[in-house]
Amino acid sequence: MSGNGQQKKEAGNKVPDNKAPDSKAPDSKAPKRQKVIALKPKERMKIPRHLPNEQDPTERITNFCEVSNGFDIDKAIAEANRCLECNDPVCMHACPVNVDIPAFIQLLYQGDYAGAIRKIRESNYLPAICGRVCPQENLCENSCIVGKKLEPLAIGKMERFLADYEARSGTFTPPPLAESKGQSVAVVGSGPGGLTVAAELAQMGYDVTIFEALHEAGGVLKYGIPEFRLPKQIVDEEVERVKALGVKIETNVIIGRTLTIDELLGEMGFGAVYIGTGAGSPRFLNVPGENLSGVYSASELLTRVNLMKAYKFPEFDTPMQIGNKVVVLGGGDVAMDAVRTSKRLGPEQTLLLYRRSREEMPARIEEVHHAEEEGIEFHFLTSPVAIHGDENGWVKAIECQKMELGEPDEKGRRRPIPIEGSSFIIETDTVVVAIGQSPNPIIQQTTPGLETTKWGTIVVDDDCATSRPGIFAGGDISRGGATVIQAVADGKRASRSIDAYLAKLREELVPGTAKNHSKQE
Amino acid sequence: MYRIIQTETLAPTITKLTVEAPLIARKRKAGNFVIVRPTPTGERIPLTIVDSDPDKGTIVIIVQAIGKTTHIITGMKEGEYLMDVVGPLGEPTPVSDFGTVVCIGGGVGTAVIYPIAKALKEAGNRVISIIGARNRELVILEDEMAAVSDELIVTTDDGSHGKKGFVTDALQEIITGQGKPDAVYAIGPLPMMRAVANVTREPEIRTWVSLNPIMMDGTGMCGACRVTVGNEMKFACVDGPEFDAHEVNFDELIARNRTYAGPEQEAFSTWKNRTETTDCKHL
Ligand code: FES
Repeated sequence: MSGNGQQKKEAGNKVPDNKAPDSKAPDSKAPKRQKVIALKPKERMKIPRHLPNEQDPTERITNFCEVSNGFDIDKAIAEANRCLECNDPVCMHACPVNVDIPAFIQLLYQGDYAGAIRKIRESNYLPAICGRVCPQENLCENSCIVGKKLEPLAIGKMERFLADYEARSGTFTPPPLAESKGQSVAVVGSGPGGLTVAAELAQMGYDVTIFEALHEAGGVLKYGIPEFRLPKQIVDEEVERVKALGVKIETNVIIGRTLTIDELLGEMGFGAVYIGTGAGSPRFLNVPGENLSGVYSASELLTRVNLMKAYKFPEFDTPMQIGNKVVVLGGGDVAMDAVRTSKRLGPEQTLLLYRRSREEMPARIEEVHHAEEEGIEFHFLTSPVAIHGDENGWVKAIECQKMELGEPDEKGRRRPIPIEGSSFIIETDTVVVAIGQSPNPIIQQTTPGLETTKWGTIVVDDDCATSRPGIFAGGDISRGGATVIQAVADGKRASRSIDAYLAKLREELVPGTAKNHSKQE
Repeated sequence: MYRIIQTETLAPTITKLTVEAPLIARKRKAGNFVIVRPTPTGERIPLTIVDSDPDKGTIVIIVQAIGKTTHIITGMKEGEYLMDVVGPLGEPTPVSDFGTVVCIGGGVGTAVIYPIAKALKEAGNRVISIIGARNRELVILEDEMAAVSDELIVTTDDGSHGKKGFVTDALQEIITGQGKPDAVYAIGPLPMMRAVANVTREPEIRTWVSLNPIMMDGTGMCGACRVTVGNEMKFACVDGPEFDAHEVNFDELIARNRTYAGPEQEAFSTWKNRTETTDCKHL
């Protein structure tokens, strides 16, 4: 084991944290934080938010390199200077996994980059990923007190800087592992949720194996989120850091086909299973012409380009056939990823159609801005009614209808209502449907007794426990649609309940040994 | 990585590969397929599992060299490795004792119909098999098919082997000569399966076909494999690959399968030219 004594001690302190639910802030009664930033609060409030360098829009639409270059050391430290070191850090409570934001900012300010990233990783093992794709503007940064007057702190960009600094300087050392508990856990799916469960449980002393259906680990981080938002090398590095904890990853294994959950729990001897398979099945519009050539689901487009590297065709064998004019349907993050990916494949025109107005769009604002900068044409209050094809079965036009907004629906979003007689035609040779995903049913169908909702999601309680003992689930497969950080938060919650469940099993097996079942040196 | 235990050339462009894949071999049922990605930069393509040996932990696939990926696979030797093999995928073939069943294999589709004919025979059916190819050289698995069939008819387009004509002619003959079979399974090129469906539609003979749309993940994740069956959208990789032939929209699928024809042609010719110029280095 590589950890030194000091790290060991820290890990020891971490244990009660692992038991506490995320939503309760254990720190609210904690002793007052020491202030370390030298500037007076007034001076701090004078510093404007730092902006990262970004690739110029005209340039970036010709490549798949990352849009944002992140902060350099100077910017990161200058940004840390803006923190008010609030006594009751609301940012930390707003974070779904309660990263101790003020603490890592202080460490960053003091130049202890290794300490700062270690601090983040205590609560979130995937900072290089979350620093890039978390919707901070709705979470920590949205609650930042500085933001009441000025722009909030760029918390995400500082997190990303620390993660990247660690990777580039090669200073990562795996956190110390607790003594082996002699029990093993199977994790299904290697997306953000699965990786988090694996990392957490491995640190607690469990023997963890992740099963991944695709040929590479990373799940949606690999096949879904584009290279220009989250470089695949970053994902690979984060996966390596999970493996550094002793986690095994078996690719090309489809649970529900190659193996079943009951085999994992039975003959394979896993004590518990976590299902984090995501929301794998693309939804379609149910309009005529949807199966024409040139009509793709966003998942197909993104998987081809991201996982299979179609943007490097013919160096990579998988092609993506994009025409002169691409129309993407939808208004969420996936639609934004699909439209910006399409743009980079070089069509003359790239459009996005959304049936509500800009205000109702569920996509991250930052990504909408990026898309606009890149020359994507947005058409709001526009809904497709049919797709028309040519004599070869290739799409040639999409028939649309104008909408107006009516009463709010159960989620509070105003319902789009078609305007009579408003239909019109947009000529196009490529259509990408990005209107959402439903849960993949393979596991539900092959696991008797696993309760599901009428939407096909797996039913779980607050602790991510399913209707069957020993089986836990989280992320999209139980929520229907979630963000990366929600999947991470579920993963943390689930790892605590899996730990509790397995502790009980140990107790039943050999009473009095729940704490130290076996030694493995 | 998945080791190739054995290779055998069945016809000039058709190769049989026995591959080590113990977990898949254990679970595989007739009609299942795998997704194979031969190399680190390769494409994922679906291939039917022709046979499996759970004890030895091996599966058999039969590949016809058509594009770049299939050429790479058929060019692989014993002891080499396929980068990725995942499965078993798809719903197994509905097999029961129907009575008399006609199994039709066209071209390399014979490799796919073979395990089904075998399973149907084992289930107690009287199996009449028809295998068709363009010419004598391309007829594959004749002995194997004969072994699992009560009657075997071979047809070639040019008459160089067996009967001259198409598999549908032979099927028609059976229907008129021996009466309506209880079920028909047809696997081959899409136009052939469409023609079979047209023959059996009127006499209302239950007919299954195995569809081969473009696939990527094989788990219902991308929708590339969607087909219209009975006016409903189905994902062939999870809902199929076998469907009621009379419900399938073949024309749509034929058009969809041409989606990547352009880039595939490009990839193949670039690859071919490259191997031709570098071939000498291997000597
Ligand atoms: S191959 Fe992707 S859904 Fe069927």
